[in-house]
Amino acid sequence: MITANIQIAAYLFSSILFILSLSGLSAQESAKKGVIYGIVGMTIAILATIFGENIHGYVYIIIAMLIASIVGVRVGLKVQMTAMPQLIALLHSFVGLAAVLVGFGSFINPHTNLMQGAEKSIHLVEIYIGVFIGAITFTGSIVAWGKLTENITSKPFVYKGKDAVNVILLLASIVLGVLFVMQSDTNGMVILSIMTAIAAFFGVMMVMAIGGADMPVVISMLNSLSGWTASASGFMLGNDLLIVTGALVGSSGAILSIIMCNAMNRSFISVITGGFGQEIKKGIKLEGTVKSITHEEAAELLNEAQSVVIVPGYGMAVAKAQYPVHDLVEKLKKKGKTVHFGIHPVAGRLPGHMNVLLAEANVPYDIVLEMDEINPDLPETDVVLVIGANDTVNPGAQEDPSSPIYGMPVVEVWKAKRVIVMKRSMAVGYAGVENPLFYKENTDMLYGDAKESVEKINAKID
Amino acid sequence: MKVVIPKELLATELRVAATPKTTSRLIKQGFEVYVESGAGLKSKYSDEEYQAAGAKIIYSAQELYALADIILKLQPLTEQEIAMVKKGTLVLSYLWPAQNQSLLKKLAEAGINAIAMDAIPRISRAQKMDVLSSMANISGYRAVIEAANYFGRFLNGQITAAGKVEPAKVLVIGAGVAGLAAIGTAKSLGAIVRAFDTRKEVAEQIQSMGAQFISVDINEDGSTATGYSKEMSKEFIEAEMALFKKQAAEVDIIITTAQIPGKEAPKLILEEHVKAMKPGSVIVDLAASTGGNCVLTRKDEIYTTDNGITIIGKIDQMPSQASYLYGNNLCNLLDDMGKAQNFKIDMTDDVIKRAMVTYNGTINWPPEPLAVSAKKTSAVTIASPEEEAKKKAQKTKKIIVSNIIWLTIIGVVLFALGKVAPSDFMGHITAFVLAVFVGWNVIWNVTHSLHTPLMSVTNAISGIIITGGLLLINDDFTNPITILSFIAILVASINIVGGFVVTYRMLNMFKK
Repeated sequence: MITANIQIAAYLFSSILFILSLSGLSAQESAKKGVIYGIVGMTIAILATIFGENIHGYVYIIIAMLIASIVGVRVGLKVQMTAMPQLIALLHSFVGLAAVLVGFGSFINPHTNLMQGAEKSIHLVEIYIGVFIGAITFTGSIVAWGKLTENITSKPFVYKGKDAVNVILLLASIVLGVLFVMQSDTNGMVILSIMTAIAAFFGVMMVMAIGGADMPVVISMLNSLSGWTASASGFMLGNDLLIVTGALVGSSGAILSIIMCNAMNRSFISVITGGFGQEIKKGIKLEGTVKSITHEEAAELLNEAQSVVIVPGYGMAVAKAQYPVHDLVEKLKKKGKTVHFGIHPVAGRLPGHMNVLLAEANVPYDIVLEMDEINPDLPETDVVLVIGANDTVNPGAQEDPSSPIYGMPVVEVWKAKRVIVMKRSMAVGYAGVENPLFYKENTDMLYGDAKESVEKINAKID
Repeated sequence: MKVVIPKELLATELRVAATPKTTSRLIKQGFEVYVESGAGLKSKYSDEEYQAAGAKIIYSAQELYALADIILKLQPLTEQEIAMVKKGTLVLSYLWPAQNQSLLKKLAEAGINAIAMDAIPRISRAQKMDVLSSMANISGYRAVIEAANYFGRFLNGQITAAGKVEPAKVLVIGAGVAGLAAIGTAKSLGAIVRAFDTRKEVAEQIQSMGAQFISVDINEDGSTATGYSKEMSKEFIEAEMALFKKQAAEVDIIITTAQIPGKEAPKLILEEHVKAMKPGSVIVDLAASTGGNCVLTRKDEIYTTDNGITIIGKIDQMPSQASYLYGNNLCNLLDDMGKAQNFKIDMTDDVIKRAMVTYNGTINWPPEPLAVSAKKTSAVTIASPEEEAKKKAQKTKKIIVSNIIWLTIIGVVLFALGKVAPSDFMGHITAFVLAVFVGWNVIWNVTHSLHTPLMSVTNAISGIIITGGLLLINDDFTNPITILSFIAILVASINIVGGFVVTYRMLNMFKK
């Protein structure tokens, strides 16, 4: 048993370690150290809690943690990097679920009924808010997971009057909340359950309305929500460690959301209200012809080039082409060519998704550059290889004010001398916008599965 | 489709319209290629090399022309050759249609569809098939090499044990493709390069090649929409002559490249200029074939004047290099016309309709003009500095006002909260707000490439919600609280363990 004061000291120490853990991620070199800080912080926090006063049910705690550890380690070691978005979404849902359960548990706890006056009111508000955010996080993340695993269509689902329904539901939740705090104790459980159902529905509809390309924003937002959930639970339980940690995670997710929204030149509200890219919107009439080339010709272009930039997108992840891409990079580098990657912030389905995929395939991270770093180099580049990216390389974003994505920062691949675009077909991207890049004079299309195409090119590079 | 490469009849034509390398490109495009025996000899390409590239060798010109769907050539067809060509055959060659009206008539009568490679419009899309540019590039390069050959000193400056050597000074007149190539070559050999052009728009290109742009004080721009320069006013020419005279006395090598399509080359270097030059200096006149930019130039001749100036009126064609680039230009054009499978003469195409000087028996010359020079965009109205400052001041004022409003609202809310809430709660709120600020500042420093690990590590950390379960659980498993908190502990632990494991694994993958 440790005293309450020592417990608080331990919590403070854990909080510091968590902050160090996040700041460690500012550079690759210090990142691993950061994770170690996180693990130590977490261990101290759990031990300080378990050995604190008034803790019971050790047997169940041990059983639960044992099962969880086995599952956690297995999942953590086995998951493929292409499946990271799904895993992250699933883990968010767990936080949401835990928050809902803790909220209900706390409400049933006889201790709640012993409270008086303002203290009780505040506690009930805390429970109510904690469960509300938790339920949204839970169902929203489950739907996001479903969309990412393609168990649910990634097309946005919107119905007429959606916004009105949402406003009504939100008002209903507030009214129920007031009732929940006012009532003595009898039907509190019923109100809490109704609100949970509303919040769950809210979470489902919110993510259903969002298209595949907006996934990075959604995931970041759910990340943020899971943090706020933990924070709300902290208020409910009067636990500062939960509050602080939740706030750290919450602001982290919020920043990621902001970065993603800026990268798409869209406001957060327009992403959340969803429905982007349902119809094909025509910008300026596209002129010119689309030229396609063979793998041999593509290989020849690469053989002749001195500098090559590879711009990957979600298509590379889908085709799992990162391994042959790595081989290609090695071959080109061996021939003395400079090879770089240019990564758009929203490429893929997760912030930083492409970086992780390339790291998985052993591509050294110092040749993987951000959009802002690579754009000034592109006019000097001989060949750009676009693998499964579309909207993030759309020149319409800069050249065509009538384009729906006008103003979005993009990788300016068309400024390079030659562009090879690998694509499955001439379909439009997730944003549903035609891409004038394909019609440019210096662009050649290479149709087919990205993985097979890269492998075929590899065979032709001597 | 059969593509044929005949031997050039003109004795001074050393090039050939396809090299073994471009032959294999043609074959890749789906064409069958036939080469007349010995066609590449003067460019140092043997029949065997063509055969190895996949072409068939034909020994008689008659037989070759009979096979042809497409003929690739350099010099225009002669009457004798026209007689052997079938009606409807496509011929790609130089034609100089403006000077060769009678030849056009003969081609049209014979039903030959002739593309004049020298009439390809000089727009950016057609750059890859622009033979004038690719050949000009070679002559620009070669001009410097020839000059260096006849110039008795180093081009670059050197400091040696035996003494210091001044770098040679080169003046390039006319900064078209040839001029720019000459600038680049002379610069890379170490010379000090100056360049003159009447078109102000090329100043930037000249400077980007490392040369100094020199010009006269008169403000007159020689740019035209066709990309060539116009003839200048009398005052301008006088100033220009004075400038050249001054430069002639200073520089060691002058390379002139000024040509006007279809006209005699302008006379830029007069006798007095040549007289002003130092003995041992060299003039290379790339316009020698159209009369020369220098009055003393003798076409196809290299000679030294009485005052010791070498004037070069002929330069090596560099046939193997030139054939390769010319052949590639032709390949690019055939590429654009759809290669073998989809081959099509599209008379609505901007390039084809201008270069196809005879088509289906009619003469299609001169073509409608096409502007190639980028139009100057008029300057956008720029706000005056006072207005800018005013706007800025307004903006900062707005920001200050909104900041004050926000801080007031926050202050009021906190005050109200402090009035009703218990002290415990105020402590928690303090921790919460400070943590948000810390998180906000820490996370902005995270590099973009580590955003995925950031998400998975925050995933693990948000598993801290496990403490909620730990605080609530008790020993009685029939109690619903225990069941709820058991599940909460379970899923939160999966988060913690899974999140940390996957983050660590991911970070291990990031390698330099």
